[in-house]
Amino acid sequence: MLYAMCFFLFVIGLYCALVKKNMVKIVIGIMIMEYAVDLFLIMLGYRAGGVAPIVGKDEFDAVSGMVKSSFINASVDPLPQALVLTAIVISLGSLSLMISICIRTYEKYGTFDITEIRRLKG
Amino acid sequence: MKGMTIIVKSISSWVKMLIFLFGIYITIFGHLTPGGGFAGGVILACSFILLMLAFGREYAEENLSLGLTSKLDCVGALLFAAVALCGFFFGAAGFFVNFLHQEWQAGQATALKLVSAGTIPLSNIAIGLKVGASLFMIVLILSVFRCDSSAGKQEVS
Amino acid sequence: MSMFCFFLFFMIFLVIAALIAVHTDNLLSSVICVGAIGFGGSLMFLFLRAPDIAITQIAVEVLGLIILIRATISRDKTFISGQREFFGIVFSVAVLFAISAVGLKGFEDLPEFGTPAFVAAAETQEIVASEDYIEQSLSRTGAANAVAAVILDWRAYDTLGEATVLFTSILGAVVILRKETRNSPETIK
Repeated sequence: MLYAMCFFLFVIGLYCALVKKNMVKIVIGIMIMEYAVDLFLIMLGYRAGGVAPIVGKDEFDAVSGMVKSSFINASVDPLPQALVLTAIVISLGSLSLMISICIRTYEKYGTFDITEIRRLKG
Repeated sequence: MKGMTIIVKSISSWVKMLIFLFGIYITIFGHLTPGGGFAGGVILACSFILLMLAFGREYAEENLSLGLTSKLDCVGALLFAAVALCGFFFGAAGFFVNFLHQEWQAGQATALKLVSAGTIPLSNIAIGLKVGASLFMIVLILSVFRCDSSAGKQEVS
Repeated sequence: MSMFCFFLFFMIFLVIAALIAVHTDNLLSSVICVGAIGFGGSLMFLFLRAPDIAITQIAVEVLGLIILIRATISRDKTFISGQREFFGIVFSVAVLFAISAVGLKGFEDLPEFGTPAFVAAAETQEIVASEDYIEQSLSRTGAANAVAAVILDWRAYDTLGEATVLFTSILGAVVILRKETRNSPETIK
């Protein structure tokens, strides 16, 4: 059910990127798609009643240096979190690139409307 | 008139140091607490952007100029690559080898300390420097572009 | 079960915010709705036991809102209503329905919410990477935070590629936004 809601959020973003005429709306659609993918990946690693994958002071054996099994059986998946952490920062970089393209286009044509830009181009 | 009102200026001159310190803490202690280089770098950039929004672009550029941000960006990337390359020359030969990490010794509680994680804090500092400098640079360039384009329009009209 | 209802409530909030962001004509309110999605997602990451991502998301969201508002404020013609041409809409909606049908079919194979995918995979396979990451992050790298151990030690090539992509995208934005070009008459003189 929650996975399907994530997918619905993704489809809303895809609709916005495909159908809208405004350039900033297209950028917003791409951002919504990024949020949906991030949420889906984190949900895939969630364990019901789990703890964050950070070892505390009480959760490891001071003699052998190994993590206690109660932590191993309760921790959520750290791998999707690591991948999403890099993806979020990359999304900010690509957002700035897309916004700079939008601003440059507005400087040149005076509008955000992509159909009008196509008409001016000929 | 440059910047915002006196209330915003005096509040942000106090808050900017706290945000900067918080960013440094998040960056350096990224291997023990939640955070790390990415979050810390974005918070460091936010402290300078607060300065830019409150005091105007010129004041922020006196503190951290455009050339310095691009240099810091390159220094962060090169530092990260240098930490990775050091793995070839120390310890087990290989790219991205954690050559500073000591094996666990019984009795000595070396875990959960700042220096216990080998190269991970160094990599965190490099990543934080790179992300913070590049994100501040992009916001600075966006604001420079608006000033230039509005000045050009006034000259034309 | 109570956590499931909690997450469902949050997802409904996010979907409503996304629908408003898509459908409103005013660009500024659309951008504010994107901020609502971002902050709601950050809160959801916190309750999904991912505090690293919650901190990063909340800081990135502030910066992204500054950049987006910078693009939309003090622009004259931002009220652009209407859609693209008719054939494009029909085609894209048909593509959307096809993707939805295939995607909802694919979700049937996933484990129930609350069971991580790596636990479900460990029943059939012998080696699962995530178990090793949780078990050995403290003893082999010394980092208590398993996420930091993954992104900076085991999968540091990923982070190196990320740094390259970020550098390239910022470089592209600088090149697009700069005023004087290399062959402009002022520099030739």
